[in-house]
Amino acid sequence: MAESNVVPACGPLSVLSEEERMFQAMAREFAAKEIAPHVAQMDREGAFDHALLERLFAQGFMGIAAPEACGGSGGTFFLAILAIEEFSRVDASAGVVIDVQNTLMNNALQRWGTEAQQQKFLPRLVRDTLGAYALSEPSAGSDAFALATRAREDGNHFVLTGRKLWITNAMEAGLFIVFANLKPEAGYRGITAFLIERGAPGFTVGKKEDKLGIRASSTCELILEDCRVPKENVLGEAGKGYKVAMETLNEGRIGIAAQMVGVAGGALEHAVRYAQERKQFGKAIAEFQAIQFQLARLATEVEAARLMAYNAARLKDARQPFLKEAAMAKYFCSQVAERVASECLEIYGGYGFTRDYPAEKYLRDSKIGKIYEGTSFMQLQTIAKSVLGE
Amino acid sequence: MDYGFTEYQTAIRDLAREIAEKEIRPVAAEYDREAKFPWAIVKILAQTDLFRVYIDEAHGGITEGTPIMNMVIVTEELSKACGGIALSFAGTALGALPIILAGSDEQKARWLPDIAAGKKLAAFALTEPQAGSDAGAVRTTALRDGDHYVLNGSKQWITNGGEAEIYSVIALTNPLKGPRGASCIVVEKGTPGFTFGKKEDKLGIRASATRELIFQDCRVPVENCLGREGTGFIAAMRTFDASRPGVGAQALGIAQGAFDLALEYACTRRQFDAPIGSFQGLRFMLADMAMKIEAARALVYATARYIDTRPKERPTLYSAMSKCFASDVAMEVTTDAVQIFGGYGYMHDYPIEKYMRDAKITQIYEGTNQIQRDEMSKTLISNFHSHRPAVARAA
Repeated sequence: MAESNVVPACGPLSVLSEEERMFQAMAREFAAKEIAPHVAQMDREGAFDHALLERLFAQGFMGIAAPEACGGSGGTFFLAILAIEEFSRVDASAGVVIDVQNTLMNNALQRWGTEAQQQKFLPRLVRDTLGAYALSEPSAGSDAFALATRAREDGNHFVLTGRKLWITNAMEAGLFIVFANLKPEAGYRGITAFLIERGAPGFTVGKKEDKLGIRASSTCELILEDCRVPKENVLGEAGKGYKVAMETLNEGRIGIAAQMVGVAGGALEHAVRYAQERKQFGKAIAEFQAIQFQLARLATEVEAARLMAYNAARLKDARQPFLKEAAMAKYFCSQVAERVASECLEIYGGYGFTRDYPAEKYLRDSKIGKIYEGTSFMQLQTIAKSVLGE
Repeated sequence: MDYGFTEYQTAIRDLAREIAEKEIRPVAAEYDREAKFPWAIVKILAQTDLFRVYIDEAHGGITEGTPIMNMVIVTEELSKACGGIALSFAGTALGALPIILAGSDEQKARWLPDIAAGKKLAAFALTEPQAGSDAGAVRTTALRDGDHYVLNGSKQWITNGGEAEIYSVIALTNPLKGPRGASCIVVEKGTPGFTFGKKEDKLGIRASATRELIFQDCRVPVENCLGREGTGFIAAMRTFDASRPGVGAQALGIAQGAFDLALEYACTRRQFDAPIGSFQGLRFMLADMAMKIEAARALVYATARYIDTRPKERPTLYSAMSKCFASDVAMEVTTDAVQIFGGYGYMHDYPIEKYMRDAKITQIYEGTNQIQRDEMSKTLISNFHSHRPAVARAA
C-alpha cells in the first residue's frame, strides 16, 4: 500500500517540542539534584525545606506560565504540567507546592485579576510569595457552595468571618484567595473571592494537619475573625466567586492529574529497578512472568494516564473546551496512582512496608489524588453531566 | 449471616469484641502514633483466657476441638479495633503453631502452658534479608556441638521480635542439604548469643514490634529441636497452612472495622442537604465493600473449619486463597473507606487512614500474595496431573 500523502493535523500527544523537552529535562534535573536529597526528611518532619522553597522561586518554577512583564516565564500551561509531573515523580509534596502556585494562584489572578491586582500580586507570587487557595470548610467539602464564611460590607472594606479547612501550603503562604458569601440569601450567587494578605487584621493561620501523605506540604485551617479586606481586593466580580472557584479548579484538576502521573511513574520506576536487583529463587524477580506482566500492566496504565493529562493540558493551551477531559484526567490518573503505588509496594515485599524504602511513601502520597480539588465522586458527577449533555 | 458458631465460639467472639471496643479502640491511635507495644492489652487478653483458645486442653488451653476457628474468631474481632494490637495475639499463635504441630508431648508441656496463660508471647522466625519469598534460601545455621546446637545468622522482620519469650526459628542443621537440612528450633529470649537488632519503622501495624533477631554462637540444647532434624521446612509449611486463615481473619477484621466507620460516616455526614450515604454513587460503593467482606468471611471461616475437621488433609490451596482474597479485599475496602471520609479521611486525627496503612501488610506477610497465587496454581496443576482420567492423558 502506498504511503498516504495526508499530513496529520497535529503531532502525537507525547512528542514534546524542543522548548518542552528542554524544560522537562531541567525540571527532572532539579528534582533529582535539589528535591530528592530532602524528601525523606521532609516527609518525616512534615515540613517543607525552607531553602528548597526559595530555590523553587529562584529557578522560575513559581511563575512558569505567568507573563514575562510580571517576572514570569510566559510559558504554556503544559510546561507547568510537565514540571508538576517531574517533581511528583520524586516528591508529590514538591509537586503540589508548584501546582497550587501555577495552576490555581497565578492562573486565577491572570484570568480574573484587575490590571492593578496583577501588577501588585503577580510579581510577588513569581518572586517570593507562596499562595494558597481557600475554598473548603468543615461542612462544605464536596458541597463547596454551602460554605458558611460570611462577608459584609463596611465602608470601603469587606469584613470576613468564618473558618476554612485543609488549606494547602497555608503555613508558608503570604497571599490567600479566600471564598466567602456576601449575600447568603442569594445562595451560591453570593459567593465572592477575596485576596487576603497574611497579616491582615483578624486573619490567622490555625492548626496544621498531621496527614497520611504529602506531609511536606502544609495543610492548615484558616480563621477569619472580623477580618478586614479592602474592596479593591475582590477577585473577579462580587457574587461571581463561584465562577472563579469552579473555573480555576477545572484547570487545577489537570495539575493534580499530572501530580498523580508523577507519583505513579515514580513508584513504578523504583519497582522496576527493584525487580531487576532483587534476587529470589536464584534469579531476579523481574524474570518471573507474574512480575513481568504486573509491571507491563502498570506501565500501560501510567501511559494511558499520562496521555489523558497531557491531552487536557494541551486542550487548555489550544483554547479548546477541556472541562470533561480535565475531570476524566484527574479521575483516571488518581485511580491509576493509587493502584500503581499499592502494587509497587507489594513488589518490594517486606521491604516495601518499612520506612527505609520509598515504596510506602508513594502509596501514602497517592491517596490524596482522589480526594482534593474535588473528590472522585465530584469528577464523576462532572463527567456524567457532560456525557448526558446537561 | 449465621455461621453456626458453637456456644463457646460465640462466647469468645463476644468477649474479644468487648475487649476490642472497650480496651483497644480508645488507645489504638496512641499506640499507632508512638509505635508502642500493647502490653496492657496483652495482659487483658491473658486474664480473660483468650490465649488459650487455640491450645489443646492437655496443655492449658480450651479449644473444644476447633483451635483454628477460635484463633480466627478472636483475631477478626481484635483487628476490627486495631490490626496492629491484634497481632500481639495472632503473632503469638503463629509462633506457637510449630510447637503445636511438630512438638513432642514433652516440648508441648514445656512451652504451651505459659503461652496459653498469656505469660509468654511467641514468635515465628523464618525470613532473612535474602530469603523473603524464597524462604528456602535461609542461611542461618544451627550446627551440632555435643548436646547443643550453635546458631549463627540473623532473621528479619520478626513479628513480636524482642517482646516474645519463645521463638520458633528455622535454621540449617545440615547446610549441605539446603532446605532439606533445615530444622525448627525453639530459642528462648535471654539465651546467650541471642540478641535483637533495630525495631523497624513501618507504614502500618505500628503497635506491633517488628525486629531483627541476631544469633552469634547462640547455644541451644538439642531437645529444643521440634520434630526430627531436617523437617524444619515441613513444619514451616504446615504452620503457614494453619496460620494463613489467621492473616485472612486479621484482614477481614481490618476491612470490617473500616467499613463500620465508613458506614457511620456516610449516614451522618451531610453535603448537598442530605446524608452523603443517600447518594447512589456512594451507596453502591458501600454495597460492593460489604459484599466483598462477606465473601472473604465465608472463605476464611470455611478454611478454618476445614483445617479443624480434616487434620490429615493439606489445606494449602484454601489457606492460600483465604489469605490472598481477604487481604486484597481489605486493601480495597480500606482504601475506599478513606475515600468516603474525603478530606477528613486523609488526616491522622480521624481513625480511618490507619486502617488502610494496616491493611497493606496482610498482602505481604506470611507469604506475599504473589507466593499465595504461586502455591494455589501449583496445587491446582499438580492435582490435575494426579487425578486426570486416562482419556484426557491420551489426548
